[in-house]
Amino acid sequence: MEKLLTVSSSPHIHADQDTQKVMLWVLAALVPSGLAGVYFFGMRAFVLMLVCVITCHLSEFVWQKLAKQKITINDCSAAVTGLLLAYNLPPSMEYWKAIIGCIFAIIVVKQFFGGIGCNIVNPALAGRAMMVVSWPVAMTTWTIDGVSKATPLALLKLGGETVGGVSMGMPLGTKLPLLYDLFIGNVAGCVGETSALALLIGFAILLYKGIIKWQIPVVYIVTVGILTAIFGRPGFYEIFAGGLFIGAIFMATDYTTSPMTTKGQVIFALGCGLITALIRTFGGYPGGVSFSILIMNVTVPLIDKFTQPRIFGEAK
Amino acid sequence: MRLPSFCGGIHPPQNKELTVNKEIENYLPTGELVFPMAQNIGALNEPVVKKGDTVLVGQKIGNNNAFVSAPILSSVSGTVKDVGMRLTSCGMLETCVVIENDEKYEKDLSWIPLPNYENNDPKEYIARIREAGIVGYGGATFPTAVKLTPPDPKCIKWLIVNAAECEPYLNCDNRLMIEEPGKIVKGLKLLMRLFPEAVGVIGIESNKPEAIAVMKEELKKQNAFKISLQPLVVKYPQGAEKMLIEALTKQEYVMTALPADVGCLVLNVRTVHQIYEAIAEGLPSTTRVVTVTGDAIVNPKNIRVPLGTSVRELIEFCGGFKEEPAKIISGGPMMGITLRSMEVPVVKGTSGILALTKKSAHLKEEFACIRCGRCVEACPMGLLPNTLNKVVLLRDYVAFEETGGLNCIECGSCSYVCPANRHLTQTFRDGKVTVMAINRKAAGK
Repeated sequence: MEKLLTVSSSPHIHADQDTQKVMLWVLAALVPSGLAGVYFFGMRAFVLMLVCVITCHLSEFVWQKLAKQKITINDCSAAVTGLLLAYNLPPSMEYWKAIIGCIFAIIVVKQFFGGIGCNIVNPALAGRAMMVVSWPVAMTTWTIDGVSKATPLALLKLGGETVGGVSMGMPLGTKLPLLYDLFIGNVAGCVGETSALALLIGFAILLYKGIIKWQIPVVYIVTVGILTAIFGRPGFYEIFAGGLFIGAIFMATDYTTSPMTTKGQVIFALGCGLITALIRTFGGYPGGVSFSILIMNVTVPLIDKFTQPRIFGEAK
Repeated sequence: MRLPSFCGGIHPPQNKELTVNKEIENYLPTGELVFPMAQNIGALNEPVVKKGDTVLVGQKIGNNNAFVSAPILSSVSGTVKDVGMRLTSCGMLETCVVIENDEKYEKDLSWIPLPNYENNDPKEYIARIREAGIVGYGGATFPTAVKLTPPDPKCIKWLIVNAAECEPYLNCDNRLMIEEPGKIVKGLKLLMRLFPEAVGVIGIESNKPEAIAVMKEELKKQNAFKISLQPLVVKYPQGAEKMLIEALTKQEYVMTALPADVGCLVLNVRTVHQIYEAIAEGLPSTTRVVTVTGDAIVNPKNIRVPLGTSVRELIEFCGGFKEEPAKIISGGPMMGITLRSMEVPVVKGTSGILALTKKSAHLKEEFACIRCGRCVEACPMGLLPNTLNKVVLLRDYVAFEETGGLNCIECGSCSYVCPANRHLTQTFRDGKVTVMAINRKAAGK
């Protein structure tokens, strides 16, 4: 008997792209920032990343096993969540707290809502937000080699305006880091967020591979720059500080929790930029990236509804 | 200069190099030929011959007097061996006329060029086109004589020849333009006599530079000043009727409208070629050019095939398989249908036979939608494929219709780009068929 032929509905060819490949490229794009993190904060940062990635993968596996669902950990989306969460933690964060943050991100934020593609907010950011309210001190303690430092944004918050690099009203002897240090990441901050340079390399990788489009990161960053300048803060300095680059490039561009059309994505990015600038200038927290993205995440269904493409032939 | 195109669409690998330089070869079948009675949209033909009858090339073997139909003509001479059910390319048993080929190819002598065809009343063309069994060869197989009789011929402003051939792998239209441009231009000139207000436009994707050059030369040679040639962006589905009209005339029309409502009439390039042959040379629709290709085929070719020839014979003519095929497809890889068996005949709508190995045929597992938006970006109709997929799987056909699902042209662009390998297009076929059935039932009450 001749071998049976496959019968299926068209199309019969497929783009060389799948969920796993997309996630692996995101992980690859995160490598430069990870290396920068290890370089500036030491091996502890690396262990923290490892702990988060493993915890996220395990949580997803255990949940799917218990819920008798198809095991989909091969798609590597949990690794992306784990790595992003680790990048958003201070290098000195206790491992057990990070583990609880990861379990919360994967099980409560992602799996409770139906798993990949169904969560309404970004799991890594929601995990971080939970940790910020649960352990506010641990989440804002920046101790490197036993020396406590303040982040550039915290300094800005304390100091108001800067004069010749020295901020008025800051504790005596503290200076805002130089723009150069801020750009390469030699400042206090979370594990993977400090090096704008490394994050930009990741952005280039994602753009080159067609994983994301430029609109969200660029519109988001430019909006923050312009608005903070209007609000009387050092706009250009501002965009390299805090979690803006990692947020704009890797968090706000999360497929599931961002709008589907380019038009929607621009509106989303404008919203993120506006809220970040407001929180940074007028809010109680020094940084506003996480919360601005989380807030905009929940507006996505609305944005999608109002930016639906026009059906061919129907009135413009 | 930027070439015209449409919004959305995809860029699949072309894979046309397998047959782009292969001259059209003639193939004469040996065994029996099978002629399905259903080869066009509209009314099903009834066999008009019975077992034991002798038939000639061009003789009518299936007919229906309904307006929307086109007769079936024999492509060989010989004896009717059977009238009965046979497997066809759509995977079903259908009524077919089976003819034992005597290999003499004796012609039905009543087929002569239409007398005085250059100066007669062009309305005579319509009857000839119908009798010659001509349908749209792009794949939809709509009877051409019906298409050429819009309520008001004067409202047709653009007579468009669809030579985009945007399906990957296929080259049958491309080769026809390179080898026989004269018949295409002459055919179009004849058709323009039917539509005095119209200009002719030939739309070709710019990945066919040779065809574009040859056709341009031919237009100049024949002094066809009312016909223009427009190279188009290489993007799938450039050859879909709506996308082609958008690219060439910057007009869109709603789902319920027809191209004629925006002054357009679109014909496939092979259809125009066949119309010329039927009118000026007395050759009815008994053959077509088929691209036999794919990475499982030893020697891919473009072949002029008598209709009714079995797919197995054609594949053997191309040297058979060099590797086990996972799928054999009738048509292109984006919209073609998979065959269950090679023992099915070539019909009027068969533009290609594609044998793909496991490596190139898409056989991947389906995963959850990650809302990446690639499908939304790819859809040339401005639909939301991921939403439509969800509502069909929930059996919410009301939502499917409300979200515009009936607009889907089943081009497959969304499924092609989906990183979760979701079977989007397949669910839309289900949605469309079900909604139309529900609506018919509601109207019947």
